[in-house]
Amino acid sequence: MRFSLAVIPLVLFAALAGIFLINIDKDSSVVPSVLIDKPAPDFSLPPLPGADKGLSRADLTKGKVSVLNVFASWCIPCRAEHPMIQRLSSEADVPVFGLNYKEKDPQDGVKWLEELGNPYQAVGMDLSGRTGIDFGVYGVPETFIIDGQGQIKYKHIGPVTSEVLEKVLLPKIAELKG
Amino acid sequence: MNRPFLILLGVIGLVVPLLLSSPAHAVNPDEMLSNTVLEERARDISQELRCLVCQNQSIDDSDAELARDLRVLVRERLVAGDTDQQVIDYIVARYGDYVLLNPPLKPETYVLWASPVVLAILALIAVAAFYRRKQREAGAKPDKLSKDEQTRLNEILETAQKDGSK
Repeated sequence: MRFSLAVIPLVLFAALAGIFLINIDKDSSVVPSVLIDKPAPDFSLPPLPGADKGLSRADLTKGKVSVLNVFASWCIPCRAEHPMIQRLSSEADVPVFGLNYKEKDPQDGVKWLEELGNPYQAVGMDLSGRTGIDFGVYGVPETFIIDGQGQIKYKHIGPVTSEVLEKVLLPKIAELKG
Repeated sequence: MNRPFLILLGVIGLVVPLLLSSPAHAVNPDEMLSNTVLEERARDISQELRCLVCQNQSIDDSDAELARDLRVLVRERLVAGDTDQQVIDYIVARYGDYVLLNPPLKPETYVLWASPVVLAILALIAVAAFYRRKQREAGAKPDKLSKDEQTRLNEILETAQKDGSK
């Protein structure tokens, strides 16, 4: 009896240490999306000034896996991840769409893409941020992988690094393409 | 002035402003609805919704851009005729239960809600066990010295008395 009582604190400590160990690498600021495995919300966004095609839900339901990248010219991590989105566009062989989130001036997005290069097949301009809210966006950049039927299959929050691209996004896209 | 009086004055100086001040809110006048009933409901809803950018503030408290957008959205839904629950469901459908500062009671959160009760019960059991053991130990002790012990004690006392009288 006495021995088993003495062991309780040790067991509790081991259990707590185990929980902490499991969670030590977890970023608590990343909130999992509730939209995974749900159809992408309905939306229709105008094009950037000078472009002829905007973006709507119909673009995501053409039977091909696609990527939707939420970006903004005022977002510093977006600038950092931009080369990875360009790599994604050329390496994954899927359409990559852009959601230009809450620019102060519609020209800002245009200038940004002129400066850094445009990896997007089409860009929708979400000045009000409403489409962003419908997608559950809470911090740009965010990157969605959407299957051919328009179902959201994966969401990456924060900048895409080469590690994320190679170990997460590209395998996930390959898996969905089957 | 004496010291206790100064201390009292200091305490009053600290506490009174705290009592008088109301918590700061981030709602801008231009976001507010002219309909005070709807505005009141919007405030109540906003205080229940977490700002996802700052996470430990409600959207009513947060200055973040997204919090502002959500405050405006809450008011739009109310003006469109949604009930409070419909507005909350609208936001939860997009951001998940995580936006609720008050987590709902459902299978995923049973552990969360049950753990304080379970811990309290375990603590009570531990305290009860501790006192019962103490009682048992006290009960196990003999009240009187045995004959041998009494004789030995007398011997010791006698020798001590003799030594003391020397």
